[in-house]
Amino acid sequence: MDALILARMQFAITSSYHFLFVPLTLGLSVLVAVMETIYVRTGNETYKKMTQFWGKLFLINFAMGVVTGIVQEFHFGMNWSEYSRFVGDIFGAPLAVEALAAFFLESTFLGIWVFGWDKLSKTMHAATIWLVAIASNLSAFWILAANSFMQEPVGYVIRNGRAEMTDFLALLTNPHVLYQFPHTVLAGFTTAAFFVMGISAYHLLRKNYLDFFRRSFRIGLTMGLISTLLVITVGHFQGQHLVNSQPMKMAAAEALWESADPAPLSLAALIDEKNQTNSVEIQIPGLGSFLSHNSFSGEVEGIKDVQAAYEARYGPGNYIPPVTLVFWSFRLMVAAGLWMILITLYSLYLWRKGQLETKPWVLKALLWSIPLPYIANTSGWFMAEVGRQPWIVQGLQRVNEAVSPSVSAGAVLTTMIAFTLIYGVLAVADLYLLTKFIKQGPGETPAGRPMEPTKEVSLWT
Amino acid sequence: MDLNMLWFILITVLFTGYFFLEGFDYGVGTLLPFLGKNDSERRVIINTIGPFWDGNEVWLITAGGAIFAAFPNWYATLFSGFYMALFLMLLALIVRGVAFEFRSKDDRPAWRSLWDWLIFGGSLVPALLWGVAITNLIRGVPIAGNMQYAGTFWDLLSPYTLVGGLTTLLIFTLHGALFLTLKTEGEQLESARRAASLVSILAVPALLVLIILSYSHTDIFTNTGAGIVFWGALVTLLLACRLLRSGRYARAFIMNGLTIVCTTVAVFWGLFPRVMVSSLNPEWNLTVYNASSSPYTLKIMTIVALTLVPVVLLYQGWTYWIFRKRVTVKDLEY
Ligand code: HDD
Ligand code: HEM
Ligand code: HEM
Repeated sequence: MDALILARMQFAITSSYHFLFVPLTLGLSVLVAVMETIYVRTGNETYKKMTQFWGKLFLINFAMGVVTGIVQEFHFGMNWSEYSRFVGDIFGAPLAVEALAAFFLESTFLGIWVFGWDKLSKTMHAATIWLVAIASNLSAFWILAANSFMQEPVGYVIRNGRAEMTDFLALLTNPHVLYQFPHTVLAGFTTAAFFVMGISAYHLLRKNYLDFFRRSFRIGLTMGLISTLLVITVGHFQGQHLVNSQPMKMAAAEALWESADPAPLSLAALIDEKNQTNSVEIQIPGLGSFLSHNSFSGEVEGIKDVQAAYEARYGPGNYIPPVTLVFWSFRLMVAAGLWMILITLYSLYLWRKGQLETKPWVLKALLWSIPLPYIANTSGWFMAEVGRQPWIVQGLQRVNEAVSPSVSAGAVLTTMIAFTLIYGVLAVADLYLLTKFIKQGPGETPAGRPMEPTKEVSLWT
Repeated sequence: MDLNMLWFILITVLFTGYFFLEGFDYGVGTLLPFLGKNDSERRVIINTIGPFWDGNEVWLITAGGAIFAAFPNWYATLFSGFYMALFLMLLALIVRGVAFEFRSKDDRPAWRSLWDWLIFGGSLVPALLWGVAITNLIRGVPIAGNMQYAGTFWDLLSPYTLVGGLTTLLIFTLHGALFLTLKTEGEQLESARRAASLVSILAVPALLVLIILSYSHTDIFTNTGAGIVFWGALVTLLLACRLLRSGRYARAFIMNGLTIVCTTVAVFWGLFPRVMVSSLNPEWNLTVYNASSSPYTLKIMTIVALTLVPVVLLYQGWTYWIFRKRVTVKDLEY
């Protein structure tokens, strides 16, 4: 395997891993802030306990997000040096602003929140977690603005053999990021909502701490309802935008080889990438056009036509991404999203009738739905990133022109294996702690207090 | 002064801030197994830096982002060239960050001692590697005409750069010990003081050797200003030792901090206007001009940085004010 393939695999591994922790941070920070605010306003100790219990889970997750984020920051220079030279003029700016405007805020105030319970007034303390929540979501904006430039370059000119920024504001109002940012943040809220609902359901099922988890569940359900509906709505418009801005990505996501008017929507397909056709398709006629244009007629460009157009524009070459992967990633995300909306609506219905706790199978289903947002998040990114291939910056630079020439395949392989191993071990430790604290519940001991603080354990044994 | 120069200065400031701040928390981490004899002592030690270390680390992330934004070619050549060294540093930072969060969340002795060892290693490795990295910056590394690094990992290691690594390790450790004298009490303060004295005895000769070797391995002394500041680092270190002996810990901490500031400034000033020195051909050096972003980007980033950096300094300063009290076993809340 050459350095290019390895570097791509490494990027996919490390960024997917980073993005396992990020969405929960985005959403749970807000939920914890809401809980603490209720505590401050009502003085009800249950909400303080909720803040501490969910806060502890938040912190464990947050630590993983932080350390995997550092790798991301260095990655572009290490493995993608030619990419960094080519777009650094544009891409570096949002990254630097992200650190200056968001990471400093986030890390500093989180430190205060964790250690400042009895050093600040209640209101000030609640304010610090709000700052953390705002900063996290702000950081998402900046990194997504950077990523959006790769999907849809704006505000630049090609000069001195590289892309140079001509309009910073255009970068921040990139149409792509105007969809991507709300979609991603709402996905984060959805992730946190399912996390809270699922864990609450687990304890409601066992009749533990009923008051505590009923209140938690209600907060999770409220957020879940709003964010699941919105993430799907935004996703729909985002797809429509992509039909125009990245027609190849959407054609691949639909496995639509030939242009069609009206275009059908494929529910499933057996894709034959070699012969550029689908051997089996299950379709709903007209729905493809409807989803793209809000009308049952209207042309949707097929892969072959886009390929021909790109050859005319960029010269000979293969501009078709791995269709099967993109197609199924999209299906997986949408299926997960539909399931999530169904189960939230049904839970709401039962909750309103006061019957939720009499239906153990719903509680179990909620518990087992915790992984779904994670699946949707990861497959969403696979669709976004793989669907852009062979470009690293749509229409401007190809992935094979982006990789570091001075880094050998052996070096990339070594680091890839090491990152994977260490990430694997950390995942085990992370899951161990999360399940331990989840099962333990809010309990009687205050959060984080050591069990036997003065135990004489020697470091040397 | 043009914007290229301004950005070089800003990046120097970011690295200075990073070394000054995270310097002590690396030092504290390195001292953990030596000064923490039982679990609660180790918790006290960790809690002295608990609220700060992540905020300190963001100085590094910001420095990285700033290099990317202002000098993309520097970012590209440096990060792909120092590949394995950076990789080791990343591994250290990964395990260290997680360890702070995880170690007290379970009370099995094996669990705690595992994470404590990772805090130790995760602090020692970057403290050492930064010295290796900055001495390589001023000594020069094989960079070809196309701005590509043309060496291997082993080219980064030489007696000179190892002295550099040892020096930063010792100075950061001293910085950490002095920080502990400010944040602990009683017996723990006493053992921190002893550690500081011991480390300072080693740090002085290390820095002296580094300065002397720099005459033959680098050209930074052709810049008189940088040369004076470099020697100034030794002076402040000696002063820190004296202040330590007379029990004036706060001043000793500041003085040793100045040693870090002087060393960093000397290195970057001596480097200027280059950002990376090619050991193959001076024509192939990367400079603040041939490595930089466009004037437009530099202008935008200048506006952003000049508005945000003061705000960051204000609220980070506030954290140190909130947590100004000493940490004792009694308040092992967290
Ligand atoms: C809880 C998570 C979640 C859920 C339920 C959905 N998505 Fe999503 N989706 C994401 C999480 C996500 C994401 C991880 O946040 C992505 C990856 C990149 C991005 O911008 O957001 C994404 C990307 C993404 C893209 C690609 C954007 C691009 O190429 O830049 C499209 C077209 C959609 N989504 C559309 C949908 C539709 C139509 C959904 C409704 C059924 C849907 N998503 C549900
Ligand atoms: C965090 C969630 C993300 C995931 C799961 C993800 C996933 C992936 C995957 C699977 C690839 C490999 C595609 C292929 O080569 O076939 C890839 C490539 C890449 N992505 Fe993403 N990505 C994420 C976020 C980002 C962001 C935020 C950026 C930019 C800031 C980015 C920039 C890149 C780059 C530079 C590559 C390498 C070149 C390429 O193969 O396109 N990614 N990503
Ligand atoms: C590939 C590009 C990315 C880079 C270079 C990057 C960089 C980083 C860095 C350096 C940190 C640690 C900050 C600290 O020490 O406090 C971090 C954490 C974080 N990142 Fe990323 N990141 C990337 C992708 C993303 C994406 C796509 C999102 C969200 C949409 C995101 C959101 C966050 C958040 C919310 C945190 C806070 C800590 C946590 O995750 O729990 N990042 N990132």
